[in-house]
Amino acid sequence: MNVTQILFWLLSALTVFSALVVITRKNPVYSVLWLIITFISISGHYILLNAQFLAVVNVIVYAGAIMVLFLFVIMLMNLNADAEPQKNKWLQFAGVIAGGCLALVIIAALKNVDAKARIAETGSDIGLIENLGKVLFTQYVLPFEISSVLFLSAMVGAVVIGKKN
Amino acid sequence: MPINYYIFLAVILFCIGVVGVLTRRNAIIIFMCIELMLNAVNLLLVAFSKAHHAVAAINAGPAGTTAGTDGQMFVFFIMVVAAAEVSVGLAIIVMMYRNTHSVDVNFLNRLKH
Repeated sequence: MNVTQILFWLLSALTVFSALVVITRKNPVYSVLWLIITFISISGHYILLNAQFLAVVNVIVYAGAIMVLFLFVIMLMNLNADAEPQKNKWLQFAGVIAGGCLALVIIAALKNVDAKARIAETGSDIGLIENLGKVLFTQYVLPFEISSVLFLSAMVGAVVIGKKN
Repeated sequence: MPINYYIFLAVILFCIGVVGVLTRRNAIIIFMCIELMLNAVNLLLVAFSKAHHAVAAINAGPAGTTAGTDGQMFVFFIMVVAAAEVSVGLAIIVMMYRNTHSVDVNFLNRLKH
Protein backbone atom coordinates (compact mmCIF):
# COMPACT_ATOMS: atom_id res chain seq x y z
CA MET A 1 0.00 0.00 0.00
CA ASN A 2 1.71 3.14 -1.14
CA VAL A 3 1.13 6.74 -0.22
CA THR A 4 -1.46 7.34 -2.92
CA GLN A 5 -3.65 4.50 -1.73
CA ILE A 6 -3.39 5.53 1.91
CA LEU A 7 -4.36 9.07 0.96
CA PHE A 8 -7.21 7.78 -1.17
CA TRP A 9 -8.70 5.73 1.66
CA LEU A 10 -8.25 8.50 4.21
CA LEU A 11 -9.89 11.07 1.94
CA SER A 12 -12.71 8.69 1.01
CA ALA A 13 -13.49 7.96 4.65
CA LEU A 14 -13.44 11.67 5.46
CA THR A 15 -15.68 12.48 2.48
CA VAL A 16 -18.31 9.85 3.25
CA PHE A 17 -18.29 10.56 6.98
CA SER A 18 -18.68 14.30 6.58
CA ALA A 19 -21.39 13.83 3.95
CA LEU A 20 -23.27 11.61 6.41
CA VAL A 21 -22.90 14.24 9.11
CA VAL A 22 -24.29 16.87 6.71
CA ILE A 23 -27.60 15.06 6.33
CA THR A 24 -27.96 14.08 9.99
CA ARG A 25 -27.28 17.34 11.86
CA LYS A 26 -30.34 19.21 13.12
CA ASN A 27 -28.66 22.60 13.04
CA PRO A 28 -28.20 23.90 9.46
CA VAL A 29 -25.04 25.81 10.40
CA TYR A 30 -23.26 22.58 11.34
CA SER A 31 -24.45 21.05 8.08
CA VAL A 32 -22.87 23.88 6.12
CA LEU A 33 -19.58 23.57 8.01
CA TRP A 34 -19.41 19.82 7.43
CA LEU A 35 -20.30 20.33 3.78
CA ILE A 36 -17.25 22.59 3.51
CA ILE A 37 -15.13 19.72 4.88
CA THR A 38 -16.69 17.41 2.29
CA PHE A 39 -15.81 19.78 -0.52
CA ILE A 40 -12.25 20.21 0.71
CA SER A 41 -11.75 16.45 0.81
CA ILE A 42 -13.18 16.19 -2.71
CA SER A 43 -10.56 18.78 -3.68
CA GLY A 44 -7.97 16.43 -2.19
CA HIS A 45 -9.29 13.72 -4.49
CA TYR A 46 -8.87 16.10 -7.44
CA ILE A 47 -5.24 16.66 -6.47
CA LEU A 48 -4.72 12.89 -6.31
CA LEU A 49 -6.21 12.68 -9.81
CA ASN A 50 -3.81 15.35 -11.16
CA ALA A 51 -6.54 17.94 -11.61
CA GLN A 52 -4.81 20.73 -9.74
CA PHE A 53 -6.68 23.60 -11.38
CA LEU A 54 -10.04 22.03 -10.58
CA ALA A 55 -8.96 21.44 -6.98
CA VAL A 56 -8.15 25.12 -6.55
CA VAL A 57 -11.34 26.21 -8.30
CA ASN A 58 -13.35 23.81 -6.14
CA VAL A 59 -11.94 25.31 -2.96
CA ILE A 60 -12.42 28.89 -4.14
CA VAL A 61 -15.86 28.56 -5.73
CA TYR A 62 -17.53 25.87 -3.64
CA ALA A 63 -15.91 25.97 -0.23
CA GLY A 64 -15.36 29.70 -0.51
CA ALA A 65 -18.12 31.48 -2.35
CA ILE A 66 -21.11 29.15 -2.39
CA MET A 67 -20.82 27.98 1.20
CA VAL A 68 -20.36 31.55 2.43
CA LEU A 69 -23.57 32.38 0.58
CA PHE A 70 -25.33 29.52 2.37
CA LEU A 71 -23.97 30.67 5.72
CA PHE A 72 -25.09 34.24 5.06
CA VAL A 73 -28.61 33.14 4.21
CA ILE A 74 -28.89 30.82 7.23
CA MET A 75 -27.59 33.43 9.64
CA LEU A 76 -29.68 36.24 8.16
CA MET A 77 -32.82 34.14 8.46
CA ASN A 78 -31.87 33.13 11.99
CA LEU A 79 -32.75 29.57 11.17
CA ASN A 80 -30.59 28.03 13.84
CA ALA A 81 -32.90 29.37 16.52
CA ASP A 82 -36.00 27.35 15.79
CA ALA A 83 -35.72 23.61 15.69
CA GLU A 84 -36.73 22.15 12.39
CA PRO A 85 -39.88 20.05 12.69
CA GLN A 86 -39.01 16.49 11.86
CA LYS A 87 -40.63 14.37 9.26
CA ASN A 88 -42.58 11.29 10.15
CA LYS A 89 -40.21 8.54 11.34
CA TRP A 90 -41.58 6.10 8.82
CA LEU A 91 -41.09 8.55 5.97
CA GLN A 92 -37.47 9.06 7.03
CA PHE A 93 -37.00 5.30 7.21
CA ALA A 94 -38.50 4.91 3.73
CA GLY A 95 -36.17 7.61 2.41
CA VAL A 96 -33.11 5.87 3.81
CA ILE A 97 -34.28 2.53 2.39
CA ALA A 98 -34.89 4.08 -1.02
CA GLY A 99 -31.48 5.73 -1.14
CA GLY A 100 -29.77 2.57 0.07
CA CYS A 101 -31.53 0.52 -2.58
CA LEU A 102 -30.41 3.01 -5.23
CA ALA A 103 -26.80 2.71 -4.05
CA LEU A 104 -27.05 -1.08 -3.92
CA VAL A 105 -28.47 -1.36 -7.44
CA ILE A 106 -25.90 0.96 -9.02
CA ILE A 107 -22.97 -0.67 -7.21
CA ALA A 108 -24.20 -4.16 -8.08
CA ALA A 109 -24.60 -3.15 -11.71
CA LEU A 110 -21.10 -1.64 -11.87
CA LYS A 111 -19.10 -3.98 -9.68
CA ASN A 112 -17.95 -6.16 -12.56
CA VAL A 113 -16.93 -3.24 -14.70
CA ASP A 114 -13.73 -3.83 -16.58
CA ALA A 115 -10.99 -2.34 -14.44
CA LYS A 116 -8.23 -2.49 -16.99
CA ALA A 117 -8.52 1.27 -17.41
CA ARG A 118 -6.38 1.56 -14.35
CA ILE A 119 -5.69 5.12 -13.37
CA ALA A 120 -1.97 5.53 -13.76
CA GLU A 121 -0.13 6.78 -10.74
CA THR A 122 2.31 8.60 -12.95
CA GLY A 123 1.86 12.30 -13.03
CA SER A 124 0.31 14.04 -15.97
CA ASP A 125 0.10 17.72 -16.60
CA ILE A 126 -3.30 18.01 -18.29
CA GLY A 127 -4.78 19.41 -15.10
CA LEU A 128 -2.46 22.39 -14.97
CA ILE A 129 -3.88 25.78 -15.77
CA GLU A 130 -1.56 26.15 -18.76
CA ASN A 131 -3.04 23.24 -20.68
CA LEU A 132 -6.61 23.78 -19.53
CA GLY A 133 -6.39 27.45 -20.41
CA LYS A 134 -5.25 26.64 -23.94
CA VAL A 135 -8.20 24.32 -24.45
CA LEU A 136 -10.62 26.73 -22.78
CA PHE A 137 -9.71 29.68 -24.95
CA THR A 138 -9.49 27.82 -28.25
CA GLN A 139 -11.91 24.95 -28.34
CA TYR A 140 -14.37 26.04 -25.66
CA VAL A 141 -14.32 29.79 -26.13
CA LEU A 142 -17.98 30.01 -27.17
CA PRO A 143 -19.35 28.18 -24.09
CA PHE A 144 -17.03 30.33 -21.97
CA GLU A 145 -18.56 33.53 -23.34
CA ILE A 146 -22.07 32.12 -23.03
CA SER A 147 -21.41 31.26 -19.40
CA SER A 148 -20.58 34.90 -18.74
CA VAL A 149 -24.00 35.83 -20.13
CA LEU A 150 -25.46 33.13 -17.87
CA PHE A 151 -23.77 34.72 -14.87
CA LEU A 152 -25.11 38.13 -15.83
CA SER A 153 -28.65 36.79 -16.11
CA ALA A 154 -28.30 34.91 -12.81
CA MET A 155 -27.12 38.12 -11.13
CA VAL A 156 -30.03 40.11 -12.55
CA GLY A 157 -32.43 37.35 -11.57
CA ALA A 158 -31.14 37.17 -8.01
CA VAL A 159 -31.44 40.93 -7.59
CA VAL A 160 -34.95 41.03 -9.08
CA ILE A 161 -36.17 38.10 -6.98
CA GLY A 162 -34.49 39.28 -3.80
CA LYS A 163 -35.58 42.90 -3.77
CA LYS A 164 -38.55 43.99 -1.74
CA ASN A 165 -41.63 44.75 -3.74
CA MET B 1 -6.09 3.01 -8.01
CA PRO B 2 -8.60 1.10 -10.13
CA ILE B 3 -11.37 3.32 -11.40
CA ASN B 4 -13.96 1.11 -9.68
CA TYR B 5 -13.13 2.68 -6.34
CA TYR B 6 -13.83 6.14 -7.66
CA ILE B 7 -17.12 4.94 -9.18
CA PHE B 8 -18.17 3.45 -5.84
CA LEU B 9 -17.21 6.57 -3.93
CA ALA B 10 -19.16 8.78 -6.32
CA VAL B 11 -22.20 6.49 -6.15
CA ILE B 12 -22.13 6.51 -2.34
CA LEU B 13 -21.86 10.30 -2.24
CA PHE B 14 -24.70 10.65 -4.74
CA CYS B 15 -26.92 8.32 -2.74
CA ILE B 16 -26.15 10.20 0.49
CA GLY B 17 -27.39 13.29 -1.34
CA VAL B 18 -30.55 11.45 -2.44
CA VAL B 19 -31.22 10.28 1.12
CA GLY B 20 -30.76 13.82 2.37
CA VAL B 21 -33.25 15.18 -0.15
CA LEU B 22 -35.77 12.49 0.80
CA THR B 23 -35.46 12.72 4.57
CA ARG B 24 -34.98 16.40 5.38
CA ARG B 25 -37.61 19.11 5.35
CA ASN B 26 -35.45 22.20 5.52
CA ALA B 27 -35.28 23.72 2.04
CA ILE B 28 -31.70 24.93 2.53
CA ILE B 29 -30.46 21.48 3.54
CA ILE B 30 -32.22 19.98 0.52
CA PHE B 31 -30.39 22.53 -1.61
CA MET B 32 -27.07 21.55 0.01
CA CYS B 33 -27.75 17.90 -0.75
CA ILE B 34 -28.25 18.82 -4.41
CA GLU B 35 -24.80 20.45 -4.30
CA LEU B 36 -23.44 17.22 -2.82
CA MET B 37 -24.88 15.23 -5.73
CA LEU B 38 -23.37 17.67 -8.24
CA ASN B 39 -19.98 17.21 -6.59
CA ALA B 40 -20.28 13.42 -6.77
CA VAL B 41 -20.81 13.70 -10.50
CA ASN B 42 -17.88 16.09 -10.81
CA LEU B 43 -15.62 13.63 -9.00
CA LEU B 44 -16.69 10.85 -11.35
CA LEU B 45 -16.02 13.04 -14.41
CA VAL B 46 -12.53 13.90 -13.19
CA ALA B 47 -11.77 10.22 -12.48
CA PHE B 48 -12.92 9.21 -15.95
CA SER B 49 -10.90 11.99 -17.55
CA LYS B 50 -7.80 10.72 -15.74
CA ALA B 51 -8.51 7.15 -16.88
CA HIS B 52 -9.05 8.35 -20.46
CA HIS B 53 -5.77 10.22 -20.32
CA ALA B 54 -3.96 7.15 -18.96
CA VAL B 55 -5.27 4.93 -21.78
CA ALA B 56 -4.40 7.55 -24.41
CA ALA B 57 -0.91 7.91 -22.96
CA ILE B 58 -0.40 4.15 -23.21
CA ASN B 59 -1.59 4.08 -26.81
CA ALA B 60 0.00 7.22 -28.16
CA GLY B 61 3.04 7.63 -25.99
CA PRO B 62 3.29 9.55 -22.75
CA ALA B 63 4.29 12.89 -24.20
CA GLY B 64 2.10 15.22 -26.13
CA THR B 65 -1.31 13.72 -25.63
CA THR B 66 -3.93 16.09 -24.30
CA ALA B 67 -6.73 13.54 -23.98
CA GLY B 68 -8.78 14.10 -20.89
CA THR B 69 -8.91 17.86 -20.88
CA ASP B 70 -12.49 17.74 -22.19
CA GLY B 71 -13.74 16.06 -19.03
CA GLN B 72 -12.07 18.65 -16.84
CA MET B 73 -13.58 21.42 -18.97
CA PHE B 74 -17.00 19.86 -18.39
CA VAL B 75 -16.39 19.89 -14.63
CA PHE B 76 -15.39 23.53 -14.87
CA PHE B 77 -18.61 24.43 -16.69
CA ILE B 78 -20.67 22.40 -14.21
CA MET B 79 -19.14 24.48 -11.42
CA VAL B 80 -20.01 27.68 -13.30
CA VAL B 81 -23.61 26.63 -13.77
CA ALA B 82 -23.84 25.48 -10.13
CA ALA B 83 -22.67 28.87 -8.90
CA ALA B 84 -25.34 30.64 -10.96
CA GLU B 85 -27.95 28.13 -9.80
CA VAL B 86 -27.07 28.62 -6.14
CA SER B 87 -27.39 32.40 -6.35
CA VAL B 88 -30.84 32.24 -7.93
CA GLY B 89 -32.02 29.38 -5.71
CA LEU B 90 -30.99 31.10 -2.51
CA ALA B 91 -32.74 34.26 -3.66
CA ILE B 92 -35.90 32.20 -4.18
CA ILE B 93 -35.54 30.65 -0.71
CA VAL B 94 -35.07 34.09 0.88
CA MET B 95 -38.18 35.39 -0.87
CA MET B 96 -40.10 32.30 0.21
CA TYR B 97 -39.00 32.80 3.81
CA ARG B 98 -40.04 36.43 3.63
CA ASN B 99 -43.53 35.47 2.52
CA THR B 100 -44.21 32.43 4.68
CA HIS B 101 -41.68 32.81 7.55
CA SER B 102 -40.69 29.21 7.12
CA VAL B 103 -38.35 27.13 4.98
CA ASP B 104 -40.21 23.93 5.67
CA VAL B 105 -40.96 22.34 2.32
CA ASN B 106 -44.19 20.83 3.64
CA PHE B 107 -45.68 24.29 3.93
CA LEU B 108 -44.83 25.02 0.35
CA ASN B 109 -47.37 22.74 -1.28
CA ARG B 110 -49.63 25.51 -2.52
CA LEU B 111 -48.93 24.60 -6.11
CA LYS B 112 -51.00 21.48 -5.49
CA HIS B 113 -54.17 23.46 -4.89
